[in-house]
Amino acid sequence: MKQRFLFGSAIALVLAAGAASGATLDDVKARGTLKCGVNSGLAGFAAPDAAGKWEGFDIAVCRALAAAVLGDAEKVEFTPTTTETRFTALASGEVDVLSRNSTWTFSRDVDLKFTFAGVNYYDGQGFMVSKDLGVTSAKELDGATVCIQTGTTTELNLADWFKTNGITYQPVPIATNAEANQQFQAGACDAYTTDASGLAASRATYENPDNWIILPEIISKEPLGPLVRQGDDQWADIVRWTLNALIAAEDYGITAANADEMATTSENPEIKRLLGTEGDLGAMFGLDKDWAKRAIQARGNYGEIFAANIGEGTPSNIARGLNAQWTDGGLIFSPPFR
Amino acid sequence: MTSAEMPGERFRLSMLIYDTRYRSLTIQVIALISFMLAAAWLVNNTVQNLAALGKTFDFGFLGTRAGYDINQTLIPYTNDSTHGRAAIVGILNTFLVAILGCLLATIMGVLIGILRLSPNWLVSKLAGTYVDVFRNVPVLLWIFAFFAILTDMTPAPAAFRGDNPSAQMIFGAVAITNRGFYIPWPVLAPGWQLVVGIFALSVVAVVAFGRYARARQEATGEILPTFWIKAGLLVAPTLLADLLAGHPISFDFPELQRFNFEGGGFIDKSLIALWLALSFYTAAYIAENVRGGIQAVSRGQTEAAAALGLRPNRIMNLVVLPQAMRVIIPPLISQYLNLTKNSSLAIAVGYMDARATLGGITMNQTGRELECMLLLMGFYLILSLLISSIMNWYDARVSLKER
Repeated sequence: MKQRFLFGSAIALVLAAGAASGATLDDVKARGTLKCGVNSGLAGFAAPDAAGKWEGFDIAVCRALAAAVLGDAEKVEFTPTTTETRFTALASGEVDVLSRNSTWTFSRDVDLKFTFAGVNYYDGQGFMVSKDLGVTSAKELDGATVCIQTGTTTELNLADWFKTNGITYQPVPIATNAEANQQFQAGACDAYTTDASGLAASRATYENPDNWIILPEIISKEPLGPLVRQGDDQWADIVRWTLNALIAAEDYGITAANADEMATTSENPEIKRLLGTEGDLGAMFGLDKDWAKRAIQARGNYGEIFAANIGEGTPSNIARGLNAQWTDGGLIFSPPFR
Repeated sequence: MTSAEMPGERFRLSMLIYDTRYRSLTIQVIALISFMLAAAWLVNNTVQNLAALGKTFDFGFLGTRAGYDINQTLIPYTNDSTHGRAAIVGILNTFLVAILGCLLATIMGVLIGILRLSPNWLVSKLAGTYVDVFRNVPVLLWIFAFFAILTDMTPAPAAFRGDNPSAQMIFGAVAITNRGFYIPWPVLAPGWQLVVGIFALSVVAVVAFGRYARARQEATGEILPTFWIKAGLLVAPTLLADLLAGHPISFDFPELQRFNFEGGGFIDKSLIALWLALSFYTAAYIAENVRGGIQAVSRGQTEAAAALGLRPNRIMNLVVLPQAMRVIIPPLISQYLNLTKNSSLAIAVGYMDARATLGGITMNQTGRELECMLLLMGFYLILSLLISSIMNWYDARVSLKER
């Protein structure tokens, strides 16, 4: 009896250990939904719309991924995470992919055992202050109280930057973007620091956006992108190339509206490979031929996603800048589909 | 599985189940083995899963540079300090809010518990309402509520600026802002030890004199004018020492600078909100303990004391409360433990306690979830055991001495 007990626990052990490193793709397919870790609320990037449906720049990556893997952009289960809980949620397997404006850093990639699937937004840390303060440069912020989201790279950058410039500050650590905005607007801190995109998105939701200015200093490089657990290369490849498909689609002029048409009429072999009319790229990582076409059709190509959620004319009103295609002088670039 | 054989009777395996002499032992052995297997499985599973994730189990991160700043620290700390020191800063902050919270909660709880038994209808109903309101809303919401009140009801430092400011410092010394309270802070020049030392001696002398006076009163019936003597003992030597040492203790007052008040001491808003919320919430429970304890004292005691001519407040202080303490203290221990553990909600308002430094930023920056959580659990376990042992010691002191 004792032996059987041991044998039973040995089996349970193997199963449990297997589950942690098993093929994420199979899990997602078996489950029928994609579990996506997202920001708990950042206008334009990840926020529920008026109907309670999650939409935004980071959400679109999840939708494209669900469309590529499951054939339906709506089969996504969103898990709102704070800056503090996000990595634990991913490491523990609570989510399959984290698409939550997270900065790609060495230690996160190497030490925290994650794999960054690419960059969907090139960002940098900035400061926002009230116009009444009369500050025009972040270097004038000596002695200021600064609101900051705790558990982020911005927290470390802030400490380093003030130290480098030989000035002091009083940090006010806060758990979420929403709370930080509240404290900042109430004057509980002089400046709010986070990624410049986040500042623009936050300012868009303020009552009088013109009363707040974003200071010119960008004090860090913040390449943001989706990430997955290390050790499942197939799944990392799927996320990476889904993002690349969206970027390549903009490059080649494939949009959500014309993807079907392009698939049949285009003479460009790269477009044909991407859209599955030539070769079978999808089969190489366990998907079907049309995976990229479905991903593009989910919320459009990279440019369409940018324009719809955070681009000029939206409340966030962010220029493409570094996030323009490489052909337009930006950094957005997809390796070839070959 | 072997068992001692009974003399003159052959031991059969089935006796392990059917013989009442062995059955309980058998069940216990099986339970123990199951428990150990379960524990072994948990540990083994953790180890295997860590290996599968490619993670090691290592506390070396505690010695590396933290790199982040903490707004409220009791010991010197900069972003060049180690994660270990950041954890200690957090632990001390937990101690700070726990001690402050237990003190205020006890004072308020005793007061409200007594008021609840007041013969005055309005007072007892108000106390009852307080208990109901604070006990039946989750403490996290109270923390948020106090934080929001402090944020929205107090002025920003900018409101103190200008020729006709909309906010004023209290006595020109204390500034209440929506960032926290700026207060005067003592500046210690050489010789301060003398003054503080003399003051400590004075306190000892006051206590000693009080005992002497009581003993004398009990022995001779003569009542000494204790108040004036005590006041003199407390103040005079300290003033003299201060004069001799050349006023070594002065105060640094906060002054409004470009962005903030500078100088003096600073109590962060998050600490105040957390402290008040935890105290008000726990006080409601303590009030109920106190009420129960007082009601547990037989009515005859009160009546007997009244018959002796004692006034109501003396009845409460001399007769009822000392007896009620025996009933009040054991549940009070668990309220102190609850308050201490609830203080881990500090991160909700950005107070940097152990949960926020070690179990928050450090965990997030180093990715050592398991190690940080184990350390944190160990810390709260030790802290709780410490509090309950102190309180148990106190309980043993006030409990009924059987002679």
